[in-house]
Amino acid sequence: MSYETPITDMDLHAYLDGQLSEARRIQVENWLKQNPDRLKELNEFQIVDRELHQLLDPIIKEPVPDHLQIRPRKHFFYRVAAAASFIFIGTIIGWQSNTMLAGSDQQQIQHHLIQPANFAHVVFSAEKKHPVEVDATQEQHLIKWLSKRLHADIKAPNLLQHGYELVGGRLLPSTNRMAAQFMYQNKAANRITLYVRRINKVDADSMFQFSNTGSVNTFYWIEGELGYALSGEMERSELLTMARSTYQQLNID
Amino acid sequence: MKPVELQIADYIPQLRRYARVLMRGDVVQADDLVQDCVERGLQRVSLWQRGTNLRAWLFTIMHNLYVNQVKRNMNGPDFVVLEDAQKDRHERADSDVAVNDIQQALNNLPSDQREIVLFVSIEGMKYQEVAKILDIPEGTVMSRLARARKQLRTSLVVEKRQTLRRVK
Repeated sequence: MSYETPITDMDLHAYLDGQLSEARRIQVENWLKQNPDRLKELNEFQIVDRELHQLLDPIIKEPVPDHLQIRPRKHFFYRVAAAASFIFIGTIIGWQSNTMLAGSDQQQIQHHLIQPANFAHVVFSAEKKHPVEVDATQEQHLIKWLSKRLHADIKAPNLLQHGYELVGGRLLPSTNRMAAQFMYQNKAANRITLYVRRINKVDADSMFQFSNTGSVNTFYWIEGELGYALSGEMERSELLTMARSTYQQLNID
Repeated sequence: MKPVELQIADYIPQLRRYARVLMRGDVVQADDLVQDCVERGLQRVSLWQRGTNLRAWLFTIMHNLYVNQVKRNMNGPDFVVLEDAQKDRHERADSDVAVNDIQQALNNLPSDQREIVLFVSIEGMKYQEVAKILDIPEGTVMSRLARARKQLRTSLVVEKRQTLRRVK
């Protein structure tokens, strides 16, 4: 039997992939009957394809991680209003109360946010030569890098109006996750640190909460998937002012 | 009709699979790429023409991001060295874990062949569509596909058969 055009490797692959015209498909099928070696080869290509499916199909069923979910954006005015009421209520209630969150959430926050934030503050705010990993001259790089590593939109608030200038920041291991720390310093070389990390779902965004360990005061809060802790060795009221300012800047943009 | 943002969300599992193939099974690197791709997609969503193939559009974005990333890495290390060093260590630790034969065989293919195998064998795309995404002639798609399948068949079927024979 003769054929108008010889059957090529390309034809065989196109046959396998169902991408031949009907006429050509019939030609290839007839040709394969007389070329058992090539038919066997095609069967083996199919085995390969099946194994590929076994390897790659289960990926589709994997749950999509939180940071890759697309959520409808909150409306700007909604955010402003939420921030304003949050600050108002936070001022009245939040800083007195540690009972706003359920027990297990509170434990989680204590364990994953407050303790590591405090510890990181104590360790690095005392550091003379290497207080930060990336300094403020590379602020944009720092923010981009930390956002990428934490899979979140990380921002460094500007606290200049309170006399504190950004020194820089670093990436830290935290309990079971990574965390970012930003360090600020005033003219008197007092340092405060903002610690940010992802927090597993907590029932609701928390109010400003206060915690004290030794000489370090901390205000912390949860916003969406992120937990924040602002720590410093200073009066609680002064720290609260900066916590509010930080919250405002992070949420109204 | 669904808002396009949510249509993009529907393709995230497929983007994760494509990224996984590009990144040779490294979940963290792959999901970083997906994140970049989705962000880019959402930023440029106005450029997507309604009614055209959204999957192909997203795959094109991911392909270009990947190619740029490889180019950047070839220009030598920039100052994210520390992070890369950690990642490398991480990868080496990962490679101690037994990878199955098919994953290994796939990983051994050059990336331009890996993605064609994914597009054709797994996603069931037409050669013409693949050519458009990768911006190469259709003939090149077919010859790369043939080379990739030949290589996979050799490592998965032929060599195994030979090993079996030797054992007998």
